[in-house]
Amino acid sequence: MSLLSYFFGSKQKTASVAKERLSLIIAHERSTNRAPDFLPALQRELIEVISKYVNVGVDDIKVQLEKQDNCEILEVNITLPEQPK
Amino acid sequence: MARVIVVTSGKGGVGKTTTSASISSGLALRGFKTAVIDFDVGLRNLDLIMGCERRVVYDLINVVNGEANLNQALIKDKHCENLFVLPASQTRDKDALTEEGVEKVLKDLVHMGFEYIVCDSPAGIERGAVMALTFADDAFIVTNPEVSSVRDSDRILGILQSKSRRAIEGRDPVKEHLLVSRYSPKRVEDGEMLSYKDVQELLRIPLIGVIPESDDVLQASNQGTPAIHLKDSDVATAYQDVVARYLDEERPLRFVAYEKPGLLKRLFGGK
Repeated sequence: MSLLSYFFGSKQKTASVAKERLSLIIAHERSTNRAPDFLPALQRELIEVISKYVNVGVDDIKVQLEKQDNCEILEVNITLPEQPK
Repeated sequence: MARVIVVTSGKGGVGKTTTSASISSGLALRGFKTAVIDFDVGLRNLDLIMGCERRVVYDLINVVNGEANLNQALIKDKHCENLFVLPASQTRDKDALTEEGVEKVLKDLVHMGFEYIVCDSPAGIERGAVMALTFADDAFIVTNPEVSSVRDSDRILGILQSKSRRAIEGRDPVKEHLLVSRYSPKRVEDGEMLSYKDVQELLRIPLIGVIPESDDVLQASNQGTPAIHLKDSDVATAYQDVVARYLDEERPLRFVAYEKPGLLKRLFGGK
């Protein structure tokens, strides 16, 4: 078996496995842990303002910050109910 | 202008205290008046690594609480003229470290003419670790080429970028330096260990040096001599290079390529 894998190089080196795993987990943790502190407050205030005009609940507003290379995108998603207030 | 340097990592056992001892000694050897402070309240070890454990009378918490002044608490290093050690308290709990207290100690050290103040952070992301990095101008992120250490380093970088005074006040950010330690070029060549380039690519901060894995580090700590003082040691040379690069001198990276032992070496042994 070891002779075969020696000739065919079938087994991936563990260092490259480590690098792959780390780049995934670090990217994920950066997006969650490094979100700015103002996001929850922003979400709360948006709900307050919007609920003056339309009937929306806490779960109807999603605020997300995404990073793509050097560009940050603030995404605000508001699901409006079928019937306005 | 005095500079405050934090040596941190998130993970324990990667070489923070070894690095704090060596770079503070290296800066003192270059003629700078330097202080090195142990922030690991309750688990102090810098005193042992520096070889001054029997001369500890007062500690950081005594100074913070006003029970002793800095002149009484600072221990003069036995190897270098310009180096002083401020040990951590062994008995009190971590809550004794207040932000105001630490700020005052650092300011007083600057008034006393210290040019570099090295803060040896405890492991983890609790109070002691946050206090050690709060007032930093520079950060040495000590990372082993291993998954948990790299992940924890990334975590501590996030904390540095959100909780340091520089970040909170919106000044120039803390200058980050990656120090890869316990590096084994042979294992990297065999594909068993992340290369320093991999680690740098993952953490995305500038590299200041690579410290090879070596038996010498244990020999140094056994004797209470910072590793940078060892004669004919790759670790000592690597730390001297790190200090030189920190002071903006150009030094090529050493001890990162694996050299196959020659025939003579294989026949007659030797390191």
